[in-house]
Amino acid sequence: MEDASLLVQAFVYLLAAVISVPVAKRLGLGSVLGYLIAGAIIGPFGLELLGEPEDVMHVAEFGVVIMLFLIGLEIRPSLLWRMRASILGLGGGQVVLTGIAIAAVTLALGLDWRTAVACGAILALSSTAIVLQSLREKGLAATPSGRSAFAVLLFQDIAVIPMLALLPLLAVSGLAGTEPGGHDQGTALAELPEWAQPLAVVFAVAVIVVGGRVGMRPVFRYIASTGLREIFTAAALALVVGVALLMEAVGLSAALGAFLAGVVLADSEFRHELEADIEPFRGLLLGLFFISVGASVDFALLLANPLLILGVTVGVVAVKALVLYVLGRGFGQPPADATVLALSLAQVGEFAFVLFAFATQNGIVADAVADLLVAVVALSMAATPLLFIAAERLAERLSAGSEVHDHEPIEPDSPHVLIVGFGRFGQTVGRLLMANGFRTSVLDYSADQIEMLRSFGVKANYGDASRVDLLEAAGAGDAEILVIAVDDNDKILEIAETARSRFPHLKILARAFDRRHAYELMKLGVHGFERETFEGGIALGVEALRHLGMRAHQAMRAGRLFRRHDHRLLQQMSEFWGDEQAYRIQSRARSGDVDRLLRRDLDVFGTTHVDDAWDTESLDRENEALASSEPDDSLPR
Amino acid sequence: MSVIVLFAHPAYQRSRANRALVEAVRGLAGVTFHDLYETYPDFMIDVEREQALIAAHDALVFQHPFYWYSAPAHMKEWLDLVLTHGFAYGLEGTAIKGKPWLNAVTAGGRPASYGAGGYNLYTIPELLRPFEATAHLCGCVWQDPFVVFASHLLDDAALAQCAEAYRDRVVALRDGVQPAAPSQAVPASEA
Repeated sequence: MEDASLLVQAFVYLLAAVISVPVAKRLGLGSVLGYLIAGAIIGPFGLELLGEPEDVMHVAEFGVVIMLFLIGLEIRPSLLWRMRASILGLGGGQVVLTGIAIAAVTLALGLDWRTAVACGAILALSSTAIVLQSLREKGLAATPSGRSAFAVLLFQDIAVIPMLALLPLLAVSGLAGTEPGGHDQGTALAELPEWAQPLAVVFAVAVIVVGGRVGMRPVFRYIASTGLREIFTAAALALVVGVALLMEAVGLSAALGAFLAGVVLADSEFRHELEADIEPFRGLLLGLFFISVGASVDFALLLANPLLILGVTVGVVAVKALVLYVLGRGFGQPPADATVLALSLAQVGEFAFVLFAFATQNGIVADAVADLLVAVVALSMAATPLLFIAAERLAERLSAGSEVHDHEPIEPDSPHVLIVGFGRFGQTVGRLLMANGFRTSVLDYSADQIEMLRSFGVKANYGDASRVDLLEAAGAGDAEILVIAVDDNDKILEIAETARSRFPHLKILARAFDRRHAYELMKLGVHGFERETFEGGIALGVEALRHLGMRAHQAMRAGRLFRRHDHRLLQQMSEFWGDEQAYRIQSRARSGDVDRLLRRDLDVFGTTHVDDAWDTESLDRENEALASSEPDDSLPR
Repeated sequence: MSVIVLFAHPAYQRSRANRALVEAVRGLAGVTFHDLYETYPDFMIDVEREQALIAAHDALVFQHPFYWYSAPAHMKEWLDLVLTHGFAYGLEGTAIKGKPWLNAVTAGGRPASYGAGGYNLYTIPELLRPFEATAHLCGCVWQDPFVVFASHLLDDAALAQCAEAYRDRVVALRDGVQPAAPSQAVPASEA
């Protein structure tokens, strides 16, 4: 193509997204369907504005890699460990059972057993990209069904590795080992002797884990200290690309590697920074990915065999949904949750495109069958947003009659206080309130925490507090006070803003991270805030004063006085917040004032100004003066 | 003229009598109601602010329950910290000089228990002498204390009567008229 083609292509893609996605979103179809439609319109069977959608898709697959890195960032290793049961049980069960079911049907249709096995394995996979994006968009990511869906997807991503390894073994025509279409996995590994290959895999994983734990922090700290934001972004992207390359070199899924890297960095102080920097790339690349999926739908084939393709699609989706529903119920999910899980994962995943190409090259699946199934895969992906809508409707109806559901509105006697975020901070608030007999309702997104609270009889709901419907379900409509105690600064602001506009009757008390965060909260008009480490710092400072020999009462009062001055400064300075320059000038000027005031109040060691009741100094001076003139009329001591 | 009512009650939520008295004077024009336990729950009295506050008013009312023949601890703390040498007494301490000083107290005992022969030994004005002396040293004009006796035994009607009498005393201070009424609010049943 010509020089300008890249820009022209980019323009076509972006314009298509800009036009179709908002429309789809407005119609309640979700952004994924918008992208898919955009792709179909500009694709080879629509306006023919695109070059080779497959090339674009290869680039866009990197969006999936980035997405898994971001998901990894949100999942600490401990959480991953707690999810092991659902990953292995639900995920493993889904892949094996669905694979067997589909293989059996394929066999029954008279196809070769090798083809049947390959189809079963490939069609068992779901689309990580579409499902996670849709779950996020619908706010379902943190719900029990969202978590289960994620666990299944994670297992599927892992399962791709053995599939890639085992598919060539099914080969009938001895083509195994030829270059598998566009996907260059296995090449570097293949050059190693056989005994070294597992070692290389272990080595690559070790590089990610150890490098992430030990190596990356100093690097990020160094880059952060330079204050060059775009270099930080570049480093973050380089990290993800590097991990992807490393994993592909040893034959593992790049997405899986990125996920691993994310998990390793989830505990690091740069988590939020990394998230914020990479997030935009994820969105755009994923959009590109969905567009290329839409563009790759072979409408000619579809129009030639509409009934066959539709029939197979419905069949595949039905089998997948059925297996998932049964598994979900088997794992103790209520019908509503199991329905959402089943329908959300019922499509076939993007990996099928790669795997079918791989399988045809190995001669396992005939070209005609593969072409048909690729159309089925694309169609099932396009149907996903509709399935999500159906799932939500169904779940609503199902949960209306059910007794146990995590989003059910809480008991009729409404809470006095709704606490969102029940970690170290929220717990202290909650225990104090409950000890004083106030009805307290809790909203948190740690499943363990919720379970523990419920066992103590506390009304606790699971979910993302920035969602209006979940706040409502937890009792925000009736409560008097909302305590925001989650440990994410931006989230706190987001929740405060939502609550201010949607529940104007609520008094909002918020956990503030630091001074600047406190200003933001004041600007939002919260009714109260407390900087999370401020009181603790003062208490320890008072303790230090005592150890330095100050009497307990005086030390306590020195601490209180410090707090009063700091509060005043905070109030005064909040007026200048937002105007960086004025703030800096005022802050410099006033912190001097405050220090001076504080020093004056604390004055001499042993006397505080507020405590100079019956301070005899001034009395003595006056009495001396009087003694010289009227010795008999001195004032009492 | 303006009046400041300095109020101290650590368990206000339980005190029927003080609630009636507080409601009688809070919100009156020219009357500032100042709740010490509510303003300074940690006893960290802002001395400068308090001094400015009482300097800006023309009469001082100290409303409190009678705890062990005196005021609750916060009011004592307030006296200790706010009425400093050079502000309230001493050669240059003239900030509240000449201002009327009224103690308004709620007492648990009946009138008969206060005074010689009663189990409280002394009359309430006698027991309030530390306040009287303080007022004297600060140059304030000591007023006959306003007293509600047997506050926990009063029925609603009697309490309303006391509250009205209290309001009259405070309004009289505000308007600068000498009270014609008796200095003690004694419920009808006790009088």
